[in-house]
Amino acid sequence: MSLELTESVQKLVDGLTESYSEKLIEVYNASGHTYIRVEADALLDIVKFAKEEYHFIFLSDIIGVDRYTSEERFEVLYNILNLRTQDRIFLKVRVPEEEPVLESLFSVYRSANWLEREVYDMFGIRFNNHPDPRRVYMPDDFQYFPLRKEFPLLGIPGSIELPNTTPDTE
Amino acid sequence: MSILKDINSKVNPQFFEEHQRKIYQSLEDKHTTIEEIDSDDPLNSKMILNMGPQHPATHGVLRLVLQLKGEQIEKTKLDVGYLHRGVEKIAENKTYQEFMPYTDRMDYLSPYSNNVALCTAVEKLAQVEVPERAQYIRMIGCELARISSHLLWLGTMVMDAGAISFFIWTFKEREKIYDIFDQVAGHRFTVSHSRIGGVANDLTDSATGLIKEFINSFPNELADWHKLLDRNRLFIDRNENVGVLPTDQALDLGATGPVLRAAGYAVDQRIISPYLKYDQVDFEVPTRMEGDNLARYFVRMEEMQESIKIIRQCLEKMPKGPVRTNNAKQAYPSKDEVYYSMEGMIHDFMMTDTGICPPAGAECYHAVESPKGELGYYIQSDGTGHPWRLKINAPSFRNLQVLENILDGEMVADTVVIIGGIDPVMGEADK
Repeated sequence: MSLELTESVQKLVDGLTESYSEKLIEVYNASGHTYIRVEADALLDIVKFAKEEYHFIFLSDIIGVDRYTSEERFEVLYNILNLRTQDRIFLKVRVPEEEPVLESLFSVYRSANWLEREVYDMFGIRFNNHPDPRRVYMPDDFQYFPLRKEFPLLGIPGSIELPNTTPDTE
Repeated sequence: MSILKDINSKVNPQFFEEHQRKIYQSLEDKHTTIEEIDSDDPLNSKMILNMGPQHPATHGVLRLVLQLKGEQIEKTKLDVGYLHRGVEKIAENKTYQEFMPYTDRMDYLSPYSNNVALCTAVEKLAQVEVPERAQYIRMIGCELARISSHLLWLGTMVMDAGAISFFIWTFKEREKIYDIFDQVAGHRFTVSHSRIGGVANDLTDSATGLIKEFINSFPNELADWHKLLDRNRLFIDRNENVGVLPTDQALDLGATGPVLRAAGYAVDQRIISPYLKYDQVDFEVPTRMEGDNLARYFVRMEEMQESIKIIRQCLEKMPKGPVRTNNAKQAYPSKDEVYYSMEGMIHDFMMTDTGICPPAGAECYHAVESPKGELGYYIQSDGTGHPWRLKINAPSFRNLQVLENILDGEMVADTVVIIGGIDPVMGEADK
């Protein structure tokens, strides 16, 4: 490979190639960071592996992306840091539109809790074994997923109930 | 009859019924075990308390649902989303430059850091070279923003602990920073001074004078505040061993910024992935091991000291030269060119209409150390002038998640101080 990887990322990629070669789809660099795309079903194992064997101990962010294509519509990125060598990697998985389900990372990083709730709230990607699968920003009565590309910028009229203007007289 | 066996039968939400019921349900579910509640509780000391959202002590619009036993908090659930403005959706429908004023309104206590975070991310994505002078000006702006944000935190946190007049003294200093921004950017509050490809305008002599005056006088004020608070029995008793975030949990819960550094991890984006010219200046990253509110206080106080040090070095090292890249495809031309030349006007129009177009398929993540912690922008481009996906990694959001966990077991009177110590800005947490 002609990729220029830092030492610890190189070690991780080597380790992944050894143990999970059939689950690894692509590895590439963009703007100075390494992106590793893996199969969605192996995500939890790979994250555990990276955390335990290669010290990628800090989950910084989870990013949902709507690719708006007919197959593998959604993409979820996991922004993970190795605090010993200060390397940042992005693990990437894709999920289809019909059954957008991923395994929750809560058992590995507790910070995944809210971050996954945010991805669910905005894109409707559900997470198995999530401890608290509520929406985070929108009320639970809201039926749409606002960051999907087909959601109109102006919102859907009447989708959010407004409080009544007369005060409670109980 | 127990009060907490089934909260949902006791409440009668008038508004967003499903949402309210779910949050009470999740409070019951927290930590998975629901202990059997004794029915002979004559004082009715178990109760569910809703704090916020519209109370000044909850720092914006933050709602806490607390399950109390007497004065002790047993479980906490946070409800955010009251401010949710959907800025990520807006960003996807605006050019990169047009989105800049929105970033000011995210963490509205330190707008400059937000500007710089977006600029540096877009510049990384579109490979824009920024002149050195502009980078130093940005650093000065960022550090002033850090001081300004920490000043507001200090004022409100000490006010939460009971001392009101302190708030006015910190605001007196913030006022000076507003004056500086007024001279630098032409705005006092939401500055939008950093632009893609550089900064909007150079530092004037009067602005430089004000900055110099500030960095000379501010350390004295800081020393006075240290004298007042560091050994103040009341202040220490309110903060020591309050809201303790153990070192091993800090990473697990995704803490960032001063909250993480007060728990023992010296994670600072200025050090681990230097941007601008932070590798050229010399500064320390204050760190503490205790992880309590007092440690957060010391970390932030020392950070202000370090910021002054950085600004001083920037003023010394700042070279002369342009403050914006000269490439008309990447940055707005100066107003002189726009008014007096045809090309300048065309380029100005093109920048406003389509803006900078990073290559299709490019993606990038860039994080800066904002006063609250790691503030990162992840951008995916589809080759047009507006981002296909722009995700903001907001430090306040992550620190609030920590808050949900560290409040358990604390006293209800300490809630407000702990919220103050976490220093969330809801504009940023809710995005």
